Amino acid sequence: MAETGPETLRRSPLAPLEERMREAAVTGARGVTLTELPFLTMVNLRVDPSSETAGRIETALGAPLPRRCGDTAASGPRTILWLGPDEWLVLSPPEEAAASREPEAVALRDALGSDPGSVVDVSANRTTLELSGPSARQVLEKGCPLDLHPRAFGPGRAMSTTVGPVAVLLWQVDDAPTYRLLPRSSFADYLARWLVDAMSEFSRPEVP
Amino acid sequence: MLLITCPWCGPRDETEYHYGGQAHVPHPETPAALSDEQWAAYVFYRDNPKGPFAERWMHGTGCRRWFNVLRDTATHEVLTTYRLDEPRPGGTR
Repeated sequence: MAETGPETLRRSPLAPLEERMREAAVTGARGVTLTELPFLTMVNLRVDPSSETAGRIETALGAPLPRRCGDTAASGPRTILWLGPDEWLVLSPPEEAAASREPEAVALRDALGSDPGSVVDVSANRTTLELSGPSARQVLEKGCPLDLHPRAFGPGRAMSTTVGPVAVLLWQVDDAPTYRLLPRSSFADYLARWLVDAMSEFSRPEVP
Repeated sequence: MLLITCPWCGPRDETEYHYGGQAHVPHPETPAALSDEQWAAYVFYRDNPKGPFAERWMHGTGCRRWFNVLRDTATHEVLTTYRLDEPRPGGTR
């Protein structure tokens, strides 16, 4: 889009590791890949879920707010992730890709009005890592205390947890399986290196 | 490692939580009227029972909410967890 806007100056937290992550990709039956999805729009939303305001927000979002831990709701390009009993994270594609659209936070702030609650654009707070492939679950299981077996965790589930020592919001997107990990930007570099290291064994034959 | 059941997120490892000390310690209604001894008792003096103890915990890497845990200090068994707006199960405090 704009050649001179602030978008041309920004750098994603994992831009320096792009090459390393690409080289770490494993193909085949034990394949797993790691990529960054930079600059996703993230809006932190807090509102009492039993209030009238929550109803207005749900209309603006086009989907009901998930009410239980791990639940997500999708509405067009947006996904709403549960963060707490009165807190959600609204994810949508990078803003400049949809410049014709009203910024996400503005629409939600209008719906909130002057009622108790908050709508804050926190896009720079976290970055998004996508870990995908048949071995993705095994990579995460090296350092994630959650039960990621399909009987307990599946597509459309998102939970706050830790991977290694890093706190992340872990969201499973599909059955590949593909996971999206949302760490704080300042922890992203460490987490990406941790994942690249955890992925390295899958490029060699399985040790019985 | 303790396995603590967050009232909102379900069972998670102890490493996801922060400890917040004894629960059900009410803030004095008129702090200015307290003597130094009474203030010190409110700020520093806590129960130290052998057995069930109600304490506050916060789910730091999860929903980031405070809640109460009833834990046996002798066996480390987590007896129950409950929200801040719920009374202590089994009465007392």
